[in-house]
Amino acid sequence: MPMKQDRPTLRRAQPAVPLDDRAASQLRYIRETMQRTATFTAVPGWGGVAMGVTALGAALLAAQQLTVVGWMRVWAAEALVGIAIGAWATARKARQSEAPLLSGQGRKFLLGLLPAVLAGIALTLAVYGFDIGPTNEYFVRRGAVEATASLRLLPGLWLMLYGAGVVAAGMFSVRLVPLMGGCFMLLGALALLAPAVWGTAFMALGFGGLQIAFGLYIALRHGG
Amino acid sequence: MAKMTQAKRSEAMTPAPDLDKLIHERMRLGIVSALAAGGAMAFNDLKAVLGTSDGNLSVHARKLEDAGYIACRKFFDDRTPRTEYELTPSGRTALEAYLDQMEAIIQTARR
Repeated sequence: MPMKQDRPTLRRAQPAVPLDDRAASQLRYIRETMQRTATFTAVPGWGGVAMGVTALGAALLAAQQLTVVGWMRVWAAEALVGIAIGAWATARKARQSEAPLLSGQGRKFLLGLLPAVLAGIALTLAVYGFDIGPTNEYFVRRGAVEATASLRLLPGLWLMLYGAGVVAAGMFSVRLVPLMGGCFMLLGALALLAPAVWGTAFMALGFGGLQIAFGLYIALRHGG
Repeated sequence: MAKMTQAKRSEAMTPAPDLDKLIHERMRLGIVSALAAGGAMAFNDLKAVLGTSDGNLSVHARKLEDAGYIACRKFFDDRTPRTEYELTPSGRTALEAYLDQMEAIIQTARR
């Protein structure tokens, strides 16, 4: 018959951990925490993929348009759809990580992106709505809109400004985000040098291809 | 040779007298490290990065704030109170000094 134990077993003293091992462990912890902070991003990966897919659809539609007005309408609608998807996906990711949408990482991203987006809207209106006359005067375009300069300039301009915004906004995020912005800027520069008829293809490649590729990587690597 | 190494290790096991106990604690070290890498961070972002509870983060952040290692900013975002933390210059100096101390301990043990 086993003897009844009338007092708790004495706890054995934990083996002493050498100070250098503890120091190494502390350094490892600092490094891991810093890495975790650096990979914490408010940018939604799956949202980026969805934005890329709708942009590819918009590029198909835009390529079938016979007028510049029609082409502009397609891309204006796509911009609104993209903003809606981006806002919804960012809010969803913030909710999942229990982070406030308009403070912290999300706010920094929005504030970084906003100036470039506003500059893009202003320049789009300038390129599309105004024209330079034979005596170099700047006037509001009236009547039937030809606006061929829009096709020539806007794809490159949009890609470059969006890229600049993403680079600025991504300074507070994972390194991948400013890299994505840099790719957009490079593509935009190429679009400005390329013939006007390639504009829609550059838009598809940037707002479709790049967005999907980086979105997938962010979603798989940095969660959501 | 093995004896010498053992002696060095024993010497290294003695507690360092001038170690900053405030950031030696894991959670506080995590807060300082995260703010050093991420700049100003919202309370919830910091909580997500460190994987801790509201109460635990508040208690340790308050100690660092009292020591002047981090600065706390409270504001309203659409009527919702928000808290944001940022590492102060003295907090950054303390983290750098702590890193130097840890490296020095490892170097001493390896010699």
